[in-house]
Amino acid sequence: MSTAEIERQWTTRLRKRVAGHLPPEKLLPDTQPAYVSSWIYVFGVTTIAALTMVILSGIILAIRGPQWWHSSSIGHFINSTHLWSVEIFFFAMIVHLWGKFFMAAWRGGRSLTWVTGVVTFLASVGTAFTGYVSQTNFDSQWISTQAKDGINATGVGSIFNVLNLGQMLMWHIVLLPLAAVLLTTIHVLLVRVKGVVPPFEDEKGATK
Amino acid sequence: MSTKPFRPDVDAPKYEGKYTPYDIIREGTIAIVVVGLLVILLATLFGSPDERAITIKTWSNADPIDFATTALGELNGTTITAQYGAPYNTAAPGQNLGPLKLAQFAGVTIPVNTVRDFVIAPLTSQPYNKNLSAALSQWKGASAAQQSSWVSNYTKGASKMTWSNGTITVPATNTGPVPTMINSLTAMARSGALDQALVTGGGFYTTNYTKPLLFVADGTYLANLAQKQHLLGSQWGMMNETGSYPGQAWLWLYTFWYQVSPFSSSSNADVQVSALMGLLSLLLLLVPFIPGLRSIPRKVKIYRLIWREYYHS
Repeated sequence: MSTAEIERQWTTRLRKRVAGHLPPEKLLPDTQPAYVSSWIYVFGVTTIAALTMVILSGIILAIRGPQWWHSSSIGHFINSTHLWSVEIFFFAMIVHLWGKFFMAAWRGGRSLTWVTGVVTFLASVGTAFTGYVSQTNFDSQWISTQAKDGINATGVGSIFNVLNLGQMLMWHIVLLPLAAVLLTTIHVLLVRVKGVVPPFEDEKGATK
Repeated sequence: MSTKPFRPDVDAPKYEGKYTPYDIIREGTIAIVVVGLLVILLATLFGSPDERAITIKTWSNADPIDFATTALGELNGTTITAQYGAPYNTAAPGQNLGPLKLAQFAGVTIPVNTVRDFVIAPLTSQPYNKNLSAALSQWKGASAAQQSSWVSNYTKGASKMTWSNGTITVPATNTGPVPTMINSLTAMARSGALDQALVTGGGFYTTNYTKPLLFVADGTYLANLAQKQHLLGSQWGMMNETGSYPGQAWLWLYTFWYQVSPFSSSSNADVQVSALMGLLSLLLLLVPFIPGLRSIPRKVKIYRLIWREYYHS
């Protein structure tokens, strides 16, 4: 096989493209710009850490099935860790989102990073909602029977039936987490590719 | 050769300043450990709510009059489900978003006939009972007009419905088999058989609770319990959960619109609020591309707090 032929391979092209955009020193950096110095930056990594806890506790709940936690004290504790990691996840994510808004973090070709972040937030809202209606308790009875009206009124209820436990559970533990994790991965990789947005040029003048 | 002018809300200045050491793996590990410990602490201190689900059995035993009134509503077509429209039936056109009838357009994809699914089919599934069998034969053999007349006569006396010695009594005449049907359904509900009949109506295996949930939500028992738990729509319902837990606090804006005019009094509130939230979500998504909106951060200057060390250096 000639060198030219190897160069034309899809695999070769993809590897070169990935390596060009995301060399190892960008993927796993050991330095960062000096302006990345504020508590607000903590909330991005906190969101990812909370997502990790959400997934871990969710996996344990999934192993024993959707109703285990009603009859087991260990199951109830795992459910509690699932709940509180979700609460921390959303708190951190919303602070992160508004922090990035006030930094105008889309500047410098980072608009796709912003877009994937917002879509991740929306997918996470859907993931949490389907979790609330899959609890198989009074909360899920009430929330699902109330939420059906908003969803049915848009026509979406014709295919997304919040009263169908099996359907909601599938969305909660397969489809939406897959979307949320995939989007988070793309979002983080975009941050690594583009770097953290620099400060505005202010009265200080051009950034140094 | 011309160069594009620098747009401060779109372009970022090139940074050529100092870099500091950054250990991304260490940072991620510390974050996971700290968040993990915080989660364990919160879970240990506060736990999580788990109010037992109600059943039709608990409902009909706690409040047989409410159950029987709801069952009659399913029969005379006055419950929320009976009058819902798409995706359950064609009883109503559904809500409008201007000229758009989105639910009606999507159609009936989860068919629910309250007379058939909530009353006749469950009663038919019962073991043989002479009185019930005769009542069902009488019902099924009658014309729609006759059925309607019986139900109408029974409904006229329903406000004086009483419950005594395990029997629902309504002062009404010419009601045909309706009293037997309502009493049989109430007895069936109180035994727990109606829960099973509604769940397994579609076969042995099921994970779909649409019918029992719709039936339960048609009564006032569920809503009364929800009110005590501050879960009604007027109490910022859907974002809350039982007990003193944060619930889905991130839905605050969605729930907020239901509390204010014109949505609080609109018959199309559900579709209007959904459309508004869809629009606001789209605006948030497209902030980088919307002139004016994308200038807000630069103009409010909160970034000076975020990067204060940088600007003071």
